[in-house]
Amino acid sequence: MPEEQVRCSVPAATVENAEQAPVQPEEVKKEVRRMGVTVAMKAPDFTAPAFYKGKFTTVKLSDHLGKWVVLCFYPGDFTFV
Amino acid sequence: MSAVADRFQEFQDLGVDVISMSVDSQFVHKVWNDVELSKMVEGGVPFPMASDGGGAIGKVYGVYNEAGGVDFRGRFIIDPDGVIQGMEILTPPVGRNVDETIRQIKAFQHVRKTQGKEVTPSGWTPGGKVLHPGEDLVGNVWKEWNPKDAYRK
Repeated sequence: MPEEQVRCSVPAATVENAEQAPVQPEEVKKEVRRMGVTVAMKAPDFTAPAFYKGKFTTVKLSDHLGKWVVLCFYPGDFTFV
Repeated sequence: MSAVADRFQEFQDLGVDVISMSVDSQFVHKVWNDVELSKMVEGGVPFPMASDGGGAIGKVYGVYNEAGGVDFRGRFIIDPDGVIQGMEILTPPVGRNVDETIRQIKAFQHVRKTQGKEVTPSGWTPGGKVLHPGEDLVGNVWKEWNPKDAYRK
């Protein structure tokens, strides 16, 4: 088994002979919208389990209304950067 | 994440709450904090480390990477009304610049405080030259501001 080079991102597993996704007709493709937000949009609210000050708790974004929030996603715990 | 944690006091002083988020469980967050991050940041991570298991939150924010099953390095500045004012998304190998995040927060806070009467040109930092949008400024920015003023206090 070849040794995997250790990188910053979590390596993705692949499935052999995975069924190909059906190719969609052109008209349908146009309807597909990229998910995601952009600036000047309301930040989608969420509730998520969290670790905070030694305890397990939940975080709800809308609990922070009235304050500025920096929300930082990152690829994974124990990654390098 | 430790770089953000290290500057937490500055975020607090600006009235900013910080939330970190990855697809790891809150249990893994605990172990990462306890065995590693607490050695880099005194007292450990001082803000909630949230879990986005399955990537549902990353998907709506447009940072989820299906192939890797992880959330890309997305950073969102959200104002007190819950509106996204700034965002940045990086691929995994390059880390954020926390200085720039703090600079942007200060600029957005300045604009909000002046209700948009003052806007902040490129590289603005507190005390730097601001611009006053209006009909008099159209075509006259060159009289008020020079690119050499960017990044200058």
